[in-house]
Amino acid sequence: MSAALAFSVPLILLCVGGWAMCRGVDVAGALTAGAADGLRVLARILPTLVMLLTGIHMLRASGALDIATRLLAPSLGRVGIPAACAPLVLLRPFSGGGALAVGAELMRTYGADSPVGRTAAVMLGSSETTFYAMGVYFGAAGIVRGRYTLIAALLADVTGFLAAAWSAGWLFSA
Amino acid sequence: MVLSWVWICMVGASVLCALLTGRGEALSRGVVEGASAAVELCVATGGVLCLWSGVMEVMRRGGLARALAGVLRRPLGGLFRAARGDREAMEALSANVSANLLGLGNAATPPGLAAARRLRALAGGTERASDALCMLVVLNTASLQLIPATVAGVRAAAGAAAPFDILPAVWISSAASVAVGILSAKLLARVWPA
Repeated sequence: MSAALAFSVPLILLCVGGWAMCRGVDVAGALTAGAADGLRVLARILPTLVMLLTGIHMLRASGALDIATRLLAPSLGRVGIPAACAPLVLLRPFSGGGALAVGAELMRTYGADSPVGRTAAVMLGSSETTFYAMGVYFGAAGIVRGRYTLIAALLADVTGFLAAAWSAGWLFSA
Repeated sequence: MVLSWVWICMVGASVLCALLTGRGEALSRGVVEGASAAVELCVATGGVLCLWSGVMEVMRRGGLARALAGVLRRPLGGLFRAARGDREAMEALSANVSANLLGLGNAATPPGLAAARRLRALAGGTERASDALCMLVVLNTASLQLIPATVAGVRAAAGAAAPFDILPAVWISSAASVAVGILSAKLLARVWPA
């Protein structure tokens, strides 16, 4: 299992590259063009990260984060979510950059391979910025009433967070 | 606007808490550390993010997204009953979902928005979302992405032994989340008048 996973990403690189070559794609040109796009994405999220990571470091340095975590620990613990992930859960539906900042901070503080770090990573990887996506789609289509969309989307988010905490626990507890 | 409030509350709570606990020094150090941590994070994550964006562009130019869209058209017809007979809507829908699966965020939005407009027109152009349109938005607010490259980059930057070993857990969680999203949309559609 772990060997297969270790090879999955290098194999994807090989297969995608080889297959695209066979189809006559300029692989180097496409790869560098895409990488330049990645750079633009980075430039777009950096300002948000500067703002929010400053806020998070302030919260931590002042001790406010510890207090909030201790207050939330009992209720979150009951459903299996580490209390340290609470800020991530709260911010995720509103801000992709903000959630990334919180998640990165959790991975650094607790360790990338710790239960908290893993849960944070899985939560980030299995959710989207719900309010943003909803705004963009309904805005573009000129929809004023979304009916039950928000409820269904938030139910999906909550399920994703719970599943993230549980699956990170099962798959890595051994 | 939401972010402005989030930020002001963060700073306000920190200042208040630092005043009460006498941690002024630590607080001002936190300001400087936080700002530079953001730049460090971007530098550390940048490599993986750029590489993966490049791979995705290779996939797109090779026509993988289009091939996947062809495979998806049939199952999507079951999800979007109202649009099943409409060629334009189905093409945009499958292009949107396939690009989402491959993590091509930038490629997913244009066909997604085209699908949204088409679905509204099919529903008679009202300002209330039709069931199909609600389903489209629910799908796009859930994460369909199979390889979360940015998160793997952050994990690598934080010193993970195997940054991609979270993939099975991510797939389980995404699948659960998408399933609940679709299911609750289908159920709510019955009780919520259009």
